[in-house]
Amino acid sequence: MMRLRVMMATALVSWLGAASAADPAYRAVTDARLAAPEPHNWLMTRGDYGSLGYSPLDQITVANVATLKPEWTFSTGVSEAHQAPPIVNDGVMFITTPRNQVIAIDASTGNQLWRYARELPADLFQLHPTNRGVALYGDLVLLATLDAYLVALDARTGEVKWEQQVEDYLSGYYMTLAPLVAEGRVMVGVSGGEFGVRGFVQAFDATTGEPAWKTFTVPGPGEPGHDSWPGNTWQRGGVPVWVTGSYDADAKLAYWGTGNAGPWIGDERKGDNLYATSVIALDVASGAIRAHHQYHWHDVWDWDEVAAPLLLDLERDGKPTKALVHAGRDGYLWWLERKQGSIGFVDAKPYVQQNVYTGIDPQTGRPSYDEARIPRAGARTEFCPSIWGGKDWPPAAYSPQTGLLYIPANENLCGAITGEPAKYRPGELYMGVPLTKLEVNPTPAAKDHIGELQAWDLKTRERVWKVDFKSHNWGPVLATGGGLVFAGGTNDRYFRAFDAKTGKLLWQQRTNSGVVGMPASYEVDGRQYIAVQSGWGVDAQRKQDFLDKAFKTRTQVPQGGVLWVFAVPE
Amino acid sequence: MPNSDHTHEGRRRLLRGALCASMCATMSAVLADTARAAGPEAAKLAPQPGDELCFASFEHDGRLVQPADLEPGAAPLLVYPRDPASGVIRERSRINQILLLRLMPDDAAAAGLDAAGEGVIAFSGICTHAACAVSEWNAELRHVVCPCHASEYDPAHKAKVVSGPAPRALPSLPVARRDDRYVITGPFSGAVGAPA
Repeated sequence: MMRLRVMMATALVSWLGAASAADPAYRAVTDARLAAPEPHNWLMTRGDYGSLGYSPLDQITVANVATLKPEWTFSTGVSEAHQAPPIVNDGVMFITTPRNQVIAIDASTGNQLWRYARELPADLFQLHPTNRGVALYGDLVLLATLDAYLVALDARTGEVKWEQQVEDYLSGYYMTLAPLVAEGRVMVGVSGGEFGVRGFVQAFDATTGEPAWKTFTVPGPGEPGHDSWPGNTWQRGGVPVWVTGSYDADAKLAYWGTGNAGPWIGDERKGDNLYATSVIALDVASGAIRAHHQYHWHDVWDWDEVAAPLLLDLERDGKPTKALVHAGRDGYLWWLERKQGSIGFVDAKPYVQQNVYTGIDPQTGRPSYDEARIPRAGARTEFCPSIWGGKDWPPAAYSPQTGLLYIPANENLCGAITGEPAKYRPGELYMGVPLTKLEVNPTPAAKDHIGELQAWDLKTRERVWKVDFKSHNWGPVLATGGGLVFAGGTNDRYFRAFDAKTGKLLWQQRTNSGVVGMPASYEVDGRQYIAVQSGWGVDAQRKQDFLDKAFKTRTQVPQGGVLWVFAVPE
Repeated sequence: MPNSDHTHEGRRRLLRGALCASMCATMSAVLADTARAAGPEAAKLAPQPGDELCFASFEHDGRLVQPADLEPGAAPLLVYPRDPASGVIRERSRINQILLLRLMPDDAAAAGLDAAGEGVIAFSGICTHAACAVSEWNAELRHVVCPCHASEYDPAHKAKVVSGPAPRALPSLPVARRDDRYVITGPFSGAVGAPA
């Protein structure tokens, strides 16, 4: 399974532009730099190990953001969902596209430096044709691919230095996340929760690609938690990991969010089904699971809790604590605490309408359920929120400046599932729910709005403001030291800036497509930029189709990826 | 089921024996061909003329499809090509998924199928929209349905698209009955799967 290959030519790499290849000035990325990234760079998907989505840059402010203008754009030539953030290392930017292209660009001029285009198998089944970015380490650019390989490119040239097969795509495994690098290890997780996979996180030497460890998210025989799966159900129990984790560099623990248990209908897998819909803390040296917290047990709503928890210091009862905050797909905002060997429950509050939980244990955080809201085979079951939850994968952001958490939420949507016994065929859908019998049902209030951007004070645990959008919202959020919050995510193709304290709309730009990309901010030669990819697709498009069916409308959001880079005039 | 798996396995062994005997005549050349055909790539090869149709290895132990497996008007069978020489099932490529079904007599006549074919037809099982497996069956209309985006195809009318986002019909695959087996007689009528 694990084949290390020094690659020469499985992909097309092209070099364009004078500033391109073999630039000796490229600055190597080290563990120390990743642990304390410079403000002018954006070295990982959410800016730092805590996944805060915060840039301290403050040249673009509440006062001048109204003058923000596009500096340059870059068409990727690819359709479908462009969710990856621009990753920037001292003026060199790396973006990815669906179908696993990586493009290196001069971050100030927009000149293309090189492009890598992976040759994907002709029979690849892309339920989620997207990619969420690269990781950087040394002089390598690390990419997790749809055909389940980890690929290392030369940051200067785009040449493939090595690649590792992580799993067999024909068995339903694929990867869409950006790798996480820490302590010289590069970690990836696998998608495939709808295909009967057994999820895992695997680590490799970030320089050589040699395998280091592999930790399954569904425990095998003899492992703690195995008894939460009856019979052999653990073998196809799902629990994918498809969003990049966070990292606590002091404790040397990587915190990963995990996805749905499989198949969706849980009649055959009665039990808690660990570690589905959880956060797990992995020892980066050994891969051992040091702690976990399961947000909801026995998932049957496809409420993947893959969005990585935000790691931040938070005052509680007058004392500083190491907090772990997660706006769940289950519609609850979770406050947890990182402790020695455990993850403690602090509080949870619904941030959208939720009618499944009847209570939450104040000590453990374990929810109790309304039996009538538990989908089963042979029945149609309604529940709120829909399978896409209060918030799907698009990450929230936290500003240390305001103390507020910014959540891209969806309200006024319920759903229904009509279950059936699941039949397993390798590499094919294994859900127990025909997609044709999946429903998204707007409530009457949805005529007013669905999308929201919510701001929560993490200290008082109260919502401070919210902005409503008629469209549903799939926009990852960026907060900046200029007192701003940036996000797109709506089907009207706008990318917007808000006052981080009040939520007042200060600026907006209509783009080519819907903005489902993670925004980033960086600085080159003393000038601050805001950058984001616009390119609608995957579940934003899928959900739009469901909403059009419900509303009897026809909404066409144009596809095709474009990178937008903004700055205030000099 | 007229033949048990056990009975059929016996027949398969006999066929292999007969095949082996005939191979002895031109041993060196045939061995080279067989080795090539049975290599790892053989399981990924597109359907070849002469391939037999069989179930996947995880279903009915990968046995050959027989006429009695096909009820008129019933849901299609998911089948794969099998190299008759090596016995390799070409199931290591998703685009080798084939839907095999027997039309109702009226539909077969309307489709211009000759009586000898008994209304048995084959199509690609991969949706032309986003390459999902066309795995569901609308029993009322006798249509095949892709579960991903609800594209629906009508097998009685050359698997044309009757609803959903699929841009074109499922490519057909010519097959013929040889004794109690079904054999592929030509390539797919068009490109399989979705555009890149």
